[in-house]
Amino acid sequence: MSKRLHNLLGGATLVSMLVALYMVFVWVPTEADQGIVQRIFYFHVPCAWVAFASFGLVAIAGIFYLWLGGQIWDDLGCAAVEIGMLFCTLVLITGSLWAKPIWGTWWTWDSRLTTTFVLWLMYGGYLMLRAMADDTPQVAKFAAVVGIVAALDVPVVIVSVRLWRTIHPAVLVTRQGGHGLEDPRMVVTLLVSLAAFTLLFAWLLMLRFSELRMRARLGTVAREIALARFRAGAA
Amino acid sequence: MEHLGYLFAAYGIIFVAIFLYVAFIWQRQSRLEAELQALETRLKTISASQRREDTQDSRV
Repeated sequence: MSKRLHNLLGGATLVSMLVALYMVFVWVPTEADQGIVQRIFYFHVPCAWVAFASFGLVAIAGIFYLWLGGQIWDDLGCAAVEIGMLFCTLVLITGSLWAKPIWGTWWTWDSRLTTTFVLWLMYGGYLMLRAMADDTPQVAKFAAVVGIVAALDVPVVIVSVRLWRTIHPAVLVTRQGGHGLEDPRMVVTLLVSLAAFTLLFAWLLMLRFSELRMRARLGTVAREIALARFRAGAA
Repeated sequence: MEHLGYLFAAYGIIFVAIFLYVAFIWQRQSRLEAELQALETRLKTISASQRREDTQDSRV
């Protein structure tokens, strides 16, 4: 059942990605001001969406871990944070690749860019904590707290273009209200890309989570073997 | 078609990163699967021999 669901989700992700790519490179019209480089936006925004969803999930899993305990919540947080970091890194890279031809620089300390970079650094700290410390319940609790606190930056990143003076385009919701996409095909392409990335997120999370559960099962079997050997030795 | 390189670099990096991550997970998963199977077989063998010994002890 689980394997079938993996394959089904993987297939749906692949098909939706191909459709999104067709729309981005063939179907959607080229934006008048920015030209062809604006098409980076159709995968840049979904990458940000997956990163934010992952970090939100890390916070939720952290709250449940602190509240109820249970390895399953810690595993869910670990799986989500890795995916979040991957997509947050891709947001920063694709943003820079868009900024160079449009702004004339790879990077600027703009409010949206800076708050996103701070988010990346905080979850980088979370991953370093998990990689360097032992796998104990104390470390898991500490990581859960870091995951919750770091997620508070997600709404700050989202509203940063409205709160502070910024050169980052406010495309989805402009300062005047409404959205900044001039053609309905641009909106449809963005929505299809968002759907494709949501499926990708679900698939990756399932893959990574099942791997972590397998690791937990491995630990249980190893303990059972040690116990059986101890019993055999005692007898 | 100005700045086409930036566009392809962005999409190329996204797909290479996702592909590498998936390959990394698959590799770890298949290694864990093999390890788990080996351990479960060992556990079954130990449990079976333990049961045999227990039966012999009860007969004696």
